Amino acid sequence: MLGLPHFLTVAAILFIIGVFGIFLNRKNVIIIMMSIELILLSVNINLVAFSHYLNDLVGQVYALLVLTVAAGEAAIGLAILVTYFRNRNTIAVDDINIMKG
Amino acid sequence: MIATIFFYLFAAVAIASAVMVVTARNPVHSVLFLILTFFNAAGLFLLLGAEFLAMMLVVVYVGAVAVLFLFVVMMLDVNFVELRQGMLKYWPIGAVVGLIVLGELALALVTWNINPNALVTAPVAAASGVSNTEALGLLLYTRYIYFFQAAGLVLLTAMIGAIVLTLRHKANVKRQVIADQVARSPATAVEIRNINPGQGI
Repeated sequence: MLGLPHFLTVAAILFIIGVFGIFLNRKNVIIIMMSIELILLSVNINLVAFSHYLNDLVGQVYALLVLTVAAGEAAIGLAILVTYFRNRNTIAVDDINIMKG
Repeated sequence: MIATIFFYLFAAVAIASAVMVVTARNPVHSVLFLILTFFNAAGLFLLLGAEFLAMMLVVVYVGAVAVLFLFVVMMLDVNFVELRQGMLKYWPIGAVVGLIVLGELALALVTWNINPNALVTAPVAAASGVSNTEALGLLLYTRYIYFFQAAGLVLLTAMIGAIVLTLRHKANVKRQVIADQVARSPATAVEIRNINPGQGI
């Protein structure tokens, strides 16, 4: 029978893949953003799984808010990426050091 | 039984395609594998009885976010081969960090158990006899209306921010200036000439 640990395990593995993807593609900001989407997705799976097994609908409400933030983050991030590409003609992000941050 | 089979199917495909997202050679393939991951996550949500969120995942992620990614990947003429350089250098540290986080999560998962007191602190159960979508709506539009409005504001901010960031005003393009049009008067716009018959201007 399916239990909460099944879904938590899947979410944990997706989270790890997302973290691994950020390290693996340090130059390609598009893949980095996709990895962030994977991480947010794994968080959503956690929220919905707990919502189901604790019989508490608030988890799904929160997952909806996370979904909203993820969509907004993708839109803003890609807009910044397009602007950056226009100015620099590349999307390699590991040499962004103009601001000396 | 059938739920278990489908769980393993969805989980396996989701994890495999997530691996392909981060390792694929071509970013377009990455986006397509991301879409596959989202579809299978929607299947997992369906198994958990969250039908509304499953459909939301398909509509918002596959329909909007993934297509946005695809659009940007195809629009920007990026040399992706160059971006893949150094990947071999970075994967050991990525693997180490990933394994450490995995170990910590496994420790948390093995020793984890639900506090019995947590269950009695008034969980908001779904209203009985209604579908998941209706129960979510009953909760979202009443008790969590301010959070719902805040989510709308986040989306509005994202929309305005994306437009402001990417809008360009080219210098040599003629544009409509409403104020100039409204301010026109017959004195500035019309010129009366006296032309003799049989002659041009």
